Amino acid sequence: MPLFALVDGNSFYASCERVFRPDLEGKPIVVLSNNDGCVVARSAEAKMLGIKGFLPYFQIADLCRRHGVAVFSSNYALYGDMSARMMQVIGRWGLEQEVYSIDESFITLDGIPTLRDYATRLRADVLQRVGIPTCVGIGSSKTLAKLANHVGKVFPKARGVFAWDWLAPEWQDKLMARIAVGEVWGIGRRLTEQFANMGIHTALDLKHADPKMIRRQFSVVIERTVAELNGISCLSLEDVSPAKQQIIASRSFGQLVTDFDTLASSLTHHACRAAEKLRRQHSEARLVAVNIHTNRFRVQDPQYNGWLVVPLVHPSSDSVVITSAAMAGLQQMYREGYHYKKAGIVLMEISEAGREQRDLFTPLPDPRRTALMSTMDRINREYGRGTLRLGSEGIRKDWAMRQEKRSPCWTTRWDELIRVR
Amino acid sequence: MITAFFAPTTQPSKLTIPVYGSTVPAGFPSPADDYLETRLDLNDLLVHDPAATFMVRVCGDSMSGAGISSDDVLVIDRSIEPVSGHIVLAIVDGEFTVKRLRKQNGHIFLLPENPAYPPIELQDGQELQIWGVVTGCVKSFL
Repeated sequence: MPLFALVDGNSFYASCERVFRPDLEGKPIVVLSNNDGCVVARSAEAKMLGIKGFLPYFQIADLCRRHGVAVFSSNYALYGDMSARMMQVIGRWGLEQEVYSIDESFITLDGIPTLRDYATRLRADVLQRVGIPTCVGIGSSKTLAKLANHVGKVFPKARGVFAWDWLAPEWQDKLMARIAVGEVWGIGRRLTEQFANMGIHTALDLKHADPKMIRRQFSVVIERTVAELNGISCLSLEDVSPAKQQIIASRSFGQLVTDFDTLASSLTHHACRAAEKLRRQHSEARLVAVNIHTNRFRVQDPQYNGWLVVPLVHPSSDSVVITSAAMAGLQQMYREGYHYKKAGIVLMEISEAGREQRDLFTPLPDPRRTALMSTMDRINREYGRGTLRLGSEGIRKDWAMRQEKRSPCWTTRWDELIRVR
Repeated sequence: MITAFFAPTTQPSKLTIPVYGSTVPAGFPSPADDYLETRLDLNDLLVHDPAATFMVRVCGDSMSGAGISSDDVLVIDRSIEPVSGHIVLAIVDGEFTVKRLRKQNGHIFLLPENPAYPPIELQDGQELQIWGVVTGCVKSFL
């Protein structure tokens, strides 16, 4: 029988900051989203102060000052490096590994006899080598491993490790009856509401739901979740993450923006970033969606949310083609007199490059353009992002990110290394 | 603006210094071609476990006797169990410090290697945490 473990870093971003700031041991930490907009990570101490996730920062700024909460802008260079280190160490403990997100990783532990001891040593190893505290959840399916991880986290008695196998079946059910169905992997808020109408409130209710009925009313995916809750593993580890079906590039502005040109230069930037990602996974997109909107938290301002999807004649990954489409979209949807907060690009209908049926009546894209794009990517990789860029992106970045509280890139930049006496 | 990233350890970049098994006679078709060996990588010398290796920059001269000067880059390995005699990156009262760890008759000391600095003896109730063991020191003379 397969055995899966989900290992994840506790309050990962906050923990990364703390590794290099030992003075913050035991103190509350919050990390803000891009642009210092809202809270994306909280240490246990910050949670205890009642700070909720995804709150706009200005709503809690006072509270943070009063309680001496350490506030950080997100430092993705640091988190990315610490994540890679953590995954490398966790990977040594599993037979196979799937890195599921920046702070979560599945490993398989088939045939390991003393699980509690093993998992405890795994946690200690990651803590010693990388400095990040983790939780380990173990089950005979990925869904059960993920739910076990939740148990390990919420119940202090588990001390960071929990395996379903440690409980007799009737105790497993008793525990599942205490877990809201929304905590089950893949069950979002919308499904939770629909389930509520059917009398499915807890993980146990879903485990005992009729699979055929679930399949009829929802999907094969949710039917699989029911099977997985019953210990039947349907999902194996994915070695390589599949090419993304949707690519999003968007950012809030550092300050409110009203003019067309600034919107255009930020959208050019996002379009080029998205196109670059597309090329990296060797795909092309058929649809370019453009979105601009105002700040819904500024209730005194008139609100506008523009969303427009521009189709391309040929699927493409060319920065210029995608940018032109975005600009056409922006021209149609731009309205004067609003304070814009955010602009973004979403690429959709993504397929493998070169697999599309070509339109007979429009000329094929110029192959030299493909060469141009890969040259541009190579130069940007070698000499730093943004070395070569489209003119419409502009030189000054009036819309650039606000990161006033970012910690140094302790592990990735020579000039920002910790200084020690 | 971020203009460059240095990711020192997880995917070590290879330094390209060729090593020859023999000396190279000048002005001659090189017979050493047959003796070309793999190239040296400083990471092999300095880094045991990339995941557990971090670098810090030295500030001050409290360890000058150990050959550690201001602005040197220290290589820190977190996977090594610290023992008496190791140079360590320690945390005392929430602050980082590099010192030599010494355990004597049940007492724990953090010793500087410069007579101008006093040794630190850990008092009762004071908590000492060893962040990592210093395994190397990188100096640049330019």
